[in-house]
Amino acid sequence: MKTLNRIAIGAIVAVALVAGVAAQKVQIQGAGATFPNPIYQKWSAEYTKLHSNVEINYQSIGSGGGIRQITNQTVFFGASDGPMTNEQLVAAPGKILHFPTVLGADVPVYNLPGVSAELKFTGPLLADIFLGKVTKWNDAAIAKLNPGVSLPASDITIVHRADASGTTYIWVDYLAKVSPEWKMKVGVQTQVNWPTGVGGRGNEGVAGLVTQTPGSLGYVELVYALQNKIAYGSVQNMAGEFTRATVESVTAAAGAAAGKMPADFRVSITNAPGKGVYPISSFTWILLYENPKDKTLAKAMLDFMKWALTDGQKFAAGLGYAPLPADVVKLEMTALGKIKVS
Amino acid sequence: VKRPENLSFRLGTGLFGLVLVLIVAAIGVELFRQSSLSIEKFGLNFWRTQTWDPVAGDFGALPFIWGTLYSSVLALLISTPIALGIAIFISELCPGRLKPALVFLTELLAAIPSIVYGLWGIFVLVPVVRAVESSLPQALKALPLFSGPPFGFGMMAAALILAIMVIPFTSSVAREVLKAVPITQREAAYALGATRLEAISAALYYARSGIVGAIMLGFGRALGETMAVTMVIGNSAKMSLSLLAPQHTMAAVLANEFTDADTALYLSALVEIGLVLFVMTLIINSLSRLLLWSMARSARQAAAAVVVPAAESAA
Repeated sequence: MKTLNRIAIGAIVAVALVAGVAAQKVQIQGAGATFPNPIYQKWSAEYTKLHSNVEINYQSIGSGGGIRQITNQTVFFGASDGPMTNEQLVAAPGKILHFPTVLGADVPVYNLPGVSAELKFTGPLLADIFLGKVTKWNDAAIAKLNPGVSLPASDITIVHRADASGTTYIWVDYLAKVSPEWKMKVGVQTQVNWPTGVGGRGNEGVAGLVTQTPGSLGYVELVYALQNKIAYGSVQNMAGEFTRATVESVTAAAGAAAGKMPADFRVSITNAPGKGVYPISSFTWILLYENPKDKTLAKAMLDFMKWALTDGQKFAAGLGYAPLPADVVKLEMTALGKIKVS
Repeated sequence: VKRPENLSFRLGTGLFGLVLVLIVAAIGVELFRQSSLSIEKFGLNFWRTQTWDPVAGDFGALPFIWGTLYSSVLALLISTPIALGIAIFISELCPGRLKPALVFLTELLAAIPSIVYGLWGIFVLVPVVRAVESSLPQALKALPLFSGPPFGFGMMAAALILAIMVIPFTSSVAREVLKAVPITQREAAYALGATRLEAISAALYYARSGIVGAIMLGFGRALGETMAVTMVIGNSAKMSLSLLAPQHTMAAVLANEFTDADTALYLSALVEIGLVLFVMTLIINSLSRLLLWSMARSARQAAAAVVVPAAESAA
């Protein structure tokens, strides 16, 4: 009996100790998109350095998972590469707000042995290739845009994502805007019924397929192409310029959208107008309840968001993301005021 | 008279047995419950339509069912002779000193994580498969089995990688089964003047139900394998007989699309894919049980038939 008592006392003391530590520390749980995961992890680490009592745990489980978890209130904040649909917003138990955090872009990557020049694409051409209408590399439509490049007569092997993903959402959202046929036949979602091609799992799967398959064409996130030094083509924007995806040209796309930003920030900036704009760009969003239950967490999260949208932006470019334009940050700072912390 | 602790021991272990039944039942019920939306909407058509369109909300599982069965059967065709050859060599013919090394290597193959197989598949196997596919003669390419462009990623790569993954399982179990064949069986064969090959085939015949069990175990493993397959199969939800065509499996589509499925119907259709896989595994396991059972029965009948004339001749 004595030993049992001792064990019981020990257990009580241990529980009390753990509880004591937990009470001092504010832990915020979040989950969602994989695309912004590197910068959210960076922010979490940097923010904890500044505020040792706040810990932000982000799980990159995919945009769909993030939306499900915030709807079920199993996490404090969600994250998604595509804005929630009206249907999804209605299904949530409370009002959910969207906050853009950084920007990303999709780039067309290809593998053409013997071609060292950077290829140029237009939106309608990319749509026709992915629809299976343009099937050869030396097709007149490609040759016309790339004079002086000796294109091979080989088949184009199309590589797309096998897993449902925000990267795919951005890509098909752009194709649907520039091609009525794509919009009608295939549509826009995180995963679509691909007319043709091979599927690779994740950005690394697509990149692996493209680098190994001569004559292939696929799409990956800019971050991924930069980190792995994969060659990618430029795409014509609405101003008629062939633009390469860079931190500047992606931020420019958001700047172009800032003027007519909807109040809820649910906006697609693919095919944005203006000079110097890279057309396959997108925001990625953090999702928060307007009236969160836990006010301690809400207060801490609000402080974190304010930091991430201002000081935090300086970490973006180093990781291959484009920082938000100042106009958008200003709008968001006002919108953060709507969150009820008391 | 039963002693009380004996009874409680029986009840206790029985309870653990019951846990197993409960877990299987709970999985089945939960899969059914979560997929009710999709079952209501598509009914039996889910099993026989080929469209998988998350945008339009139109879901049919046939390409995935086909891809799963096709890749598993192909893997079985490749792996069974090799696995049995390994098992026979190790248990019957292998010199004593080599034996532990071979056993260790088979067990090592079984212990490699499937993502490692997948990566090896992408970087080593697929380029080889592509080279082979590219050099196929035109006469072969005219056959539906070899039609289409040579991607490298596709059914052939998936079947090969599955076969490699299944071999250690089938061969380990077959080896244990052969080890369990009483030495008197072989001695009797030799006594009748059998050659080594004949003695081994007698042992194989004696162990046949266990060997079928080993093959079915490999089949079950091939059906459920996810990561390595999705990394090399090309993930295209189109049915094709061609070994060169990129295809898809049930386990792969679940792993790929579950995290980002964002409408209730899409999610429900994915869970129903899980249900279909669950039901198919149940059916295949039951069929293999039935096969083993009928083999055991016919063996008993044959034994009885042999005994009778022997007795008559003695009389």
